[in-house]
Amino acid sequence: MSWIENRFEDGLIMTSVDWAINWGRTGSIWPMTFGIACCAIEMMAVGASRFDIDRFGAGAFRASPRQSDLMIVAGTVTYKMASRLKRLYNQMPGPKYVMAMGASTVGGGPYFKHGYHVVKGVDLVVPVDIYVPGCPPRPEALLEGVMRLQDKIRHERRAKDPVDEQNRQQLEAALDAV
Amino acid sequence: MMSPEEICNLLKQQFPDSIITAGLDANRPYVTVAADHWLQVARFLRDDDRLRMGFLRCISAIDLLADDKLACVYDLMSVPPVSATQVMTVPHLIAVRVETDRNAPRIPSVASVWPAADWHEREAYDMMGIVFDDHPDLRRILCPDDWEGYPLRKDYAFPVEYHGIPGTTEHELMNPRH
Repeated sequence: MSWIENRFEDGLIMTSVDWAINWGRTGSIWPMTFGIACCAIEMMAVGASRFDIDRFGAGAFRASPRQSDLMIVAGTVTYKMASRLKRLYNQMPGPKYVMAMGASTVGGGPYFKHGYHVVKGVDLVVPVDIYVPGCPPRPEALLEGVMRLQDKIRHERRAKDPVDEQNRQQLEAALDAV
Repeated sequence: MMSPEEICNLLKQQFPDSIITAGLDANRPYVTVAADHWLQVARFLRDDDRLRMGFLRCISAIDLLADDKLACVYDLMSVPPVSATQVMTVPHLIAVRVETDRNAPRIPSVASVWPAADWHEREAYDMMGIVFDDHPDLRRILCPDDWEGYPLRKDYAFPVEYHGIPGTTEHELMNPRH
């Protein structure tokens, strides 16, 4: 829309709804204060000044799921914790995102074989958007995860893409035929 | 400070029928006490003026699968009295081992003697399934209340699923989704 820009008085901005909403959501991902195990120590480091997650607008750690956009599952999820985790996820308002931080959360990690009490990947309990591997991940890795989540949010669309919709219908029809 | 031999001789003199064996040259010297008389021996260890074993440092449960037994090791220490004339004294140290049948494990609770035993015995019950008679509140302490089996026993079978969350890769083989 460059032909129309700067042709009106100051203060008038031309943009699309998608761009404006995605820009707002990208810069204000509020994570939930939800550290379950040692990965939470790295998450705290990310919140502190050396790594400073506030640079990405994701530093407002909320103590309530009702004010959070992002659940960073930072640590080993036990079967006992899984029901609480699911309840917290259900209490979050949409749009909501889940980041699986650390090897245990991604897929059981060091407890995959000999951990009788560990959920073998938090994606068995709640849907996961971003996986951050590491045991625990470096703070830079967590920041990378935040940036990838921002990429994901940046490309969200309000309206359905007609081509995507057509592809989806064709795929569903093909699956029904099978 | 009394040596482990002196403590063992004192106990043998006091309870000739209760002391089964002693491992005094072990890394952690111990005496084995019959489970039926354990409570009386514990009271004596705590209250006798020569011993004053006021500090139960730890309870370790052992699964002796080959002998078809379960054992508890009580790690005891006397806290020496602090006075102006006596700057430092070395505490008495002894471990007490109580063995019980693996199929119907019962050991009298010493939570009335050392309050620290309360949660330790609950943990031993949770992980090994040892039932402590006359315990004030014998419930699982770490696992959920509806957990099946005792996880730290050597013949423990891992749960295939827990409340719909698959626990092992075998779950997928037994319940194929496609």
